[in-house]
Amino acid sequence: MRDNICASLAKEGFRVEVAENFDAAMDKVLLYDYDCILLDIMLPDGSGLDILQLLKKEGKSDSVIILSAKDSLDDKITGLDLGADDYLTKPFHMAELNSRLKSVIRRRSFGGKNEIRLNNLTIFPEEHSVQIAGETIDLNRKEFDILNYLVANKNRLVNRGSMAEHVWGDNIDSADNFDFIYSQIKNLRKKLRDNNADIEIRSIYGIGYKLLV
Amino acid sequence: MKLRNYTLLYLSVSLLIILGIWATLFYINMLDEVYDSIDDGLDNYKMLIIDKAETDSTVVHKNAFAESNYSIRAISREQALQTRDVYRDTLMYMQYEADFEPVRLLTTAFITSEGQPYELKVISSMVEEDDLIEDLLYALLWLYLVIMVTMAIVNTLMIRRIWAPFYETIRQLRNFKLGSRHHFVSPRTKVSEFVALNETIELLLQQNLETYNGQKQFIENAAHELQTPLAISINKLELFAENASLPDAEMEQLGSVLANLERLTKLNKSLLLLSKIGNKQFEAAEQPINLNEIVLRIVSDFEDFANHRLIRIEVDDIETIRPRMAPDLAEMLVVNLLKNALVHNREGGTIHVRMAQNTLEISNTGVPEALDTDKIFTRFYKNAQSSQTTGLGLAIVKAIADACYLRIDYAFEEKHVFSVYF
Repeated sequence: MRDNICASLAKEGFRVEVAENFDAAMDKVLLYDYDCILLDIMLPDGSGLDILQLLKKEGKSDSVIILSAKDSLDDKITGLDLGADDYLTKPFHMAELNSRLKSVIRRRSFGGKNEIRLNNLTIFPEEHSVQIAGETIDLNRKEFDILNYLVANKNRLVNRGSMAEHVWGDNIDSADNFDFIYSQIKNLRKKLRDNNADIEIRSIYGIGYKLLV
Repeated sequence: MKLRNYTLLYLSVSLLIILGIWATLFYINMLDEVYDSIDDGLDNYKMLIIDKAETDSTVVHKNAFAESNYSIRAISREQALQTRDVYRDTLMYMQYEADFEPVRLLTTAFITSEGQPYELKVISSMVEEDDLIEDLLYALLWLYLVIMVTMAIVNTLMIRRIWAPFYETIRQLRNFKLGSRHHFVSPRTKVSEFVALNETIELLLQQNLETYNGQKQFIENAAHELQTPLAISINKLELFAENASLPDAEMEQLGSVLANLERLTKLNKSLLLLSKIGNKQFEAAEQPINLNEIVLRIVSDFEDFANHRLIRIEVDDIETIRPRMAPDLAEMLVVNLLKNALVHNREGGTIHVRMAQNTLEISNTGVPEALDTDKIFTRFYKNAQSSQTTGLGLAIVKAIADACYLRIDYAFEEKHVFSVYF
């Protein structure tokens, strides 16, 4: 699992350091400053929540995303109360982690006031708006969420199931197939094309989509 | 047949046989004694008459019974010598009864001191056997009745008292359900058979509970242990699909592997959810909720999915339902019901959601025949066409309903109608 995360994040161009247990994690977080710490609650020799507590006591401003196998509301509330920025329940899709990670780092670094530029496309995540060559285009919430998710995972293969969960919510994983995503993608593609966007959403047959920049 | 009636049946039959045999023996013995006594009386009478004949000559001329109960006639000497005392039953006309009645007749012969031989017949009235039998029969019938009634009363009282712990045991067993909070508490009793019964039941239930918990634990652990390798496999395959530039056909195969792994993940999640519900892990989160809000939100979540299948979802939000339950569970309940209505629908079908009078009713078009009510809520029951579903959706619905003490109904009225009563 850790190797997968490292491989996936390295592909995104992040520098990743790994701590295998509680003590190693303590050493690292106290010695260095990170943009974001992915914190597993269940460590072989301690609780990730203790590390989080210590971080806050030391006044460190690293962003923290908690990863937990326990889908329990208590852990989530405790973690967020202690100052974690986000909470992900294992198992999760790498694309989802990317999206959350980028959103957390963006919020930290730019105080939320920021924009993402991709060729002639500009996304304003907080305002939920998109401009192409300076022109605002009209996207519905789902189209925007899809685009935003693909942008966070640009040039990466995004699984349809992962996208469905991100855009339509956790409940949609009960759907027996994700063909319904296609109609939204189709609309989005049409709007991007009509406005001469310099990006392409490519279908990867049988798996999902890829945003080519 | 009830235990009480069984006892009575056996008692009544055996009592009937015993009384019958007893009555026959009693009758024979009594009759024997009666004859004996009558015959002794006749003998005595004979002696008195013979003695009187010596002194009173009128006696020997009395050749008809008439008002007295003897008759004498002269016979030849040879006849007299051949005659032995003979007792026999015969009939004689009785004026009082105006009928022939049985009498005991002693025929004998004697020779007076003058040397004249006579034949003497002495009679004595007898018990009327038919009357005797009748009386005896009535007496016995009454006895039988009284005994049976007494038995029935005693038996009923006895069964009610002595068997009370037994009925309590039955009541407890009827309410017992594996995995529920009801525990079997054996009733206090001094009857050793019941003590043994209760001990056996407790042992049996204990073993069952252990097996049940073991299995539950196993499913939970298995699902938990499967989670990580599944997630890793999916991640690795996704990375692989990204890095390798495969031809479309192979990419599709990879996609199908991924889809199957994801289905396995879903199945796993459902199993974990089921065991969580079974373990009552949601009880702490119980709170008053607005079910209608949840339903509307989930309906909108599924809207695109439904549109894609050309299924129309109509919602009748008539009255607000405010049950007290864990929000997560309420959500899972609605999601699974709605998903069921979507997945087992036909293209161009409809789903009707109605919320009123504390009832959530979800009806959908689909196969035009009723489903097996006994089976639809069991795990992994699915019809052949839908290989894409986990077969756990309605089992989850049922588990949630059970955990929250909600009643759930299925009916087929041209549409499949699922109703949850809050």
